[in-house]
Amino acid sequence: MMEIGLNHYLVLSTILFTIGLVGVMRRKNLLLLFFATEILLNAVNVAFAAISHYYGDLTGQMFAFFVIAIAASELAVGLGLLILWHKRHGSIDLDTMTSMRG
Amino acid sequence: MEKYLYIALFAPLVSSLFAALFTATPKKQFVGIVASLLIFSAFVASTILLTHVLGGGEIVHVELMTWMETGNLYIPFGFVVDEISITMMMVVTLVSTIVHIYSIGYMDHDTGFNRFFSYLSAFVFSMMILVMSDNFAGLFIGWEGVGLCSWLLIGFWYHKESATWAANEAFIMNRVADLGMLIGIFLVFWNTGTLQYDGAFAAMANLDTETLTWIGIFLFIGAMGKSAQFPLHTWLADAMEGPTPVSALIHAATMVTAGVYLVVRSNELYALIPNVGLFIASLGAFVAIFAATMALVNRDIKRVIAYSTLSQLGYMFAAAGLGAYWVALFHLMAHAFFKALLFLGGGNVMHAMSNELDPFKMGGLGKTMKGTMIMMTLASVALAGIFPLAGFFSKDLILEVAFVDHHFIIYTVLLLTAGLTAFYSFRIIALIFHGEDRHTALGFHPHEAYKFMLVAMSPLLILAIIAGFTFKMPYFEMVTQLLPATEYHVHSQVAYWIMTIGTQLFVIASIFFAYKKYMSPSIKVPDGTSKMENSFAYKLLINQYYIPYFYEEYLVKPYRELSTILWEKVDQKIVDATVDGIAGLIHATGENTRDMQSGNLSTMLKWMVAGTIVLLSLAVVFGLSVRYSGEITTILSGLGV
Amino acid sequence: MFEAIAFYLFAFLTIAMFYITVTTSQALYALSALAAGMIFISAFFFILGADFLGAAQIIVYTGAVMALYAFGMMFFDTTRDVKEKQGNEFIVVGFATFAAVLIVAIFAAPLVSTNMTAFYPMVEDAGNTQQVGMVLFTKYLIPFEVAAVMLLVAMVAGIVLAGKKMDKSLTLMNAEEIELLDASANTKVLS
Repeated sequence: MMEIGLNHYLVLSTILFTIGLVGVMRRKNLLLLFFATEILLNAVNVAFAAISHYYGDLTGQMFAFFVIAIAASELAVGLGLLILWHKRHGSIDLDTMTSMRG
Repeated sequence: MEKYLYIALFAPLVSSLFAALFTATPKKQFVGIVASLLIFSAFVASTILLTHVLGGGEIVHVELMTWMETGNLYIPFGFVVDEISITMMMVVTLVSTIVHIYSIGYMDHDTGFNRFFSYLSAFVFSMMILVMSDNFAGLFIGWEGVGLCSWLLIGFWYHKESATWAANEAFIMNRVADLGMLIGIFLVFWNTGTLQYDGAFAAMANLDTETLTWIGIFLFIGAMGKSAQFPLHTWLADAMEGPTPVSALIHAATMVTAGVYLVVRSNELYALIPNVGLFIASLGAFVAIFAATMALVNRDIKRVIAYSTLSQLGYMFAAAGLGAYWVALFHLMAHAFFKALLFLGGGNVMHAMSNELDPFKMGGLGKTMKGTMIMMTLASVALAGIFPLAGFFSKDLILEVAFVDHHFIIYTVLLLTAGLTAFYSFRIIALIFHGEDRHTALGFHPHEAYKFMLVAMSPLLILAIIAGFTFKMPYFEMVTQLLPATEYHVHSQVAYWIMTIGTQLFVIASIFFAYKKYMSPSIKVPDGTSKMENSFAYKLLINQYYIPYFYEEYLVKPYRELSTILWEKVDQKIVDATVDGIAGLIHATGENTRDMQSGNLSTMLKWMVAGTIVLLSLAVVFGLSVRYSGEITTILSGLGV
Repeated sequence: MFEAIAFYLFAFLTIAMFYITVTTSQALYALSALAAGMIFISAFFFILGADFLGAAQIIVYTGAVMALYAFGMMFFDTTRDVKEKQGNEFIVVGFATFAAVLIVAIFAAPLVSTNMTAFYPMVEDAGNTQQVGMVLFTKYLIPFEVAAVMLLVAMVAGIVLAGKKMDKSLTLMNAEEIELLDASANTKVLS
């Protein structure tokens, strides 16, 4: 218990990832869905950093770094689109966005 | 010489195809004329080939092309004109030509005129293939072809329920017999390695008797179907549903003789198995008297003539079974002439009486239909076997064969049959043409047939008269090049003369008895009340010994029940249900999974997580199996896998 | 010992914050909880000795990303509760739990391969930032440049998507047209 090993961090990362999944599945508001996606990305970053620390390899940190960059750019584009949709349709509730019905 | 073979073989085919072009159009006279001309050309070609064979020329043997060549099996489309086949060819082409010309007049008012000639010529083509082929496979092709054309022609008036039923009965009975024939052909190939006649018969000399017996029996089963021997005989009488020219051609002269042809062609085989030959002869004799008894009381002129054919076929098989193959073939030839003449004359009578077939309703027709009366009377005389007409030379010869070979039972049976034959033939003649006029009171106004039809029938009349004493010697010399030339001489001259004169007197007495009984003015249409009609013997005979009833009750009905059960319970409930079930299952799967595409992002995200879980599970299972692979193999080997 | 206390404390906090983000019905609470969670994640990075990464996390995530989300929140009425028609809760929780169990099983299993060698091993005496710099500008140069281009593209896209009056370009017009624009804008206000 006292000695924090790699497994502790990985279990933590798993729990955070699961919380993110719950959010992704639950949220009907598009903006709050984005929040859940950010949680997922952060959980993964924790895992990368932990493995990098415990194996003495810098690759993990590099990966986490690029994940942050990508998350930022994804957010920019995603919010732009969200604003456009809101201007056009007035609502960002997922249950109203069913034009892709098969 | 080959070109004559091709003309004789393919002219009927051309005629059939030509007539087939016009089947959808109303009757056109020239179709019949063209068809008759083409068949006549086949007859001319056959005559030229006959002169060639008679003159001692070499046998014409052509191989058109290879049909199949697989492994050890080599079957060509080969045709041969030897002494046996030229005899058959002459008979077939002559009778076909006359029937074609006759049909132009007979089917005059029929809407299916063109179709009739197409079918008729197709039949002639199939028969030519049958008799000209040089191997068992070609024989079988012709065999099936004549069966098919017979079905087409018997059921020509397909709107009539009875006609289609009769056609199906004929075809199915033939098919049942063809199974036996096929097994026989298979055995021939299996044991001799070839289906060519010359090769197969040469190799048969080395086979053991048991194999030969089986081959002979199976081939004869095929002949039984085609030539309507007992018990596959019921179709012949019912086949009279077809037009009369069909009966004349198919059921008198050609198709039903195919069985005799088969036995004659296979004479080298049957010579090696005399026991089977004796069985064939006994069956033939039985059929002869069996059919003659049924003809005694029948009230349908075409049926009587059909039973007469059946009876004469029995004669032919009796001769062939006893080893007198050339005698059987000779009787085949003579019988074709006078039987076709009888049928055609009967057709004239039917036509005149507006398709009425009961002779008791006729009577005194000799005044209006002189030509037909003369022809039918002379044909019946020939049938009865009176010297010097054709029947004497062939029928009496068969009686001699039976006597000389000491088969006295067969001899007695055939002798009795000769008497019965004379009786029922002249019963019909007397009822139709002589005696009091019964038909006018019933409203019939008969007239003679067209002149050209009578003219067409006259060659048959001439041949029925002269074929015996003119043709016998040249025929004998020709055909014994191929067939065993056994001469049959009774030991002492005295016995011979007693036999011959005795037979003639017996036959003439039957004729007079028939005339006396049926020409009297007290004959009236039987209406079911007379003492004779209610007697047991009469009922037995007029119901054909209840054999058709037996077949209907114990074979046809159970089979139909079985078919219905299989259709309803097996086919519909199991097979169809399975196929429909699979289709329904796939459809339901599609319907239920269509909701996956709801367009709702939240639902899709849930599905994504589900998919991820599946992949993770796979990863865990795979990892566990890799980690514990050693333990897993020990467990599995412990279970014995 | 300190490491253990710090780990458990920040773990508890992070989980709580993210749980609030995911389950609350108020959008502002979710935003705030997310921002707090980001900060606590950076604490983990510092515990693990990834100093540069931890600093980057605070600057980029908590600073830029959360600010952007806050701007995005301006467009929506944040006083109302976010009403969400909820589907089957059981599916959601069940899936999530099952996924968690599976992943924990995968991660908790002893790592099979023991011959792992580090590609880019840490150099002991240099500080973390120095090491990151060394690896970033030599081995990961191409991804670095590409990421820069990607960020530029994302920025331009964001401006284009959300900007107003993007059909006219001020730099390509001369002075009179700009005055005309201003005049028309003013007249509109007046009338």
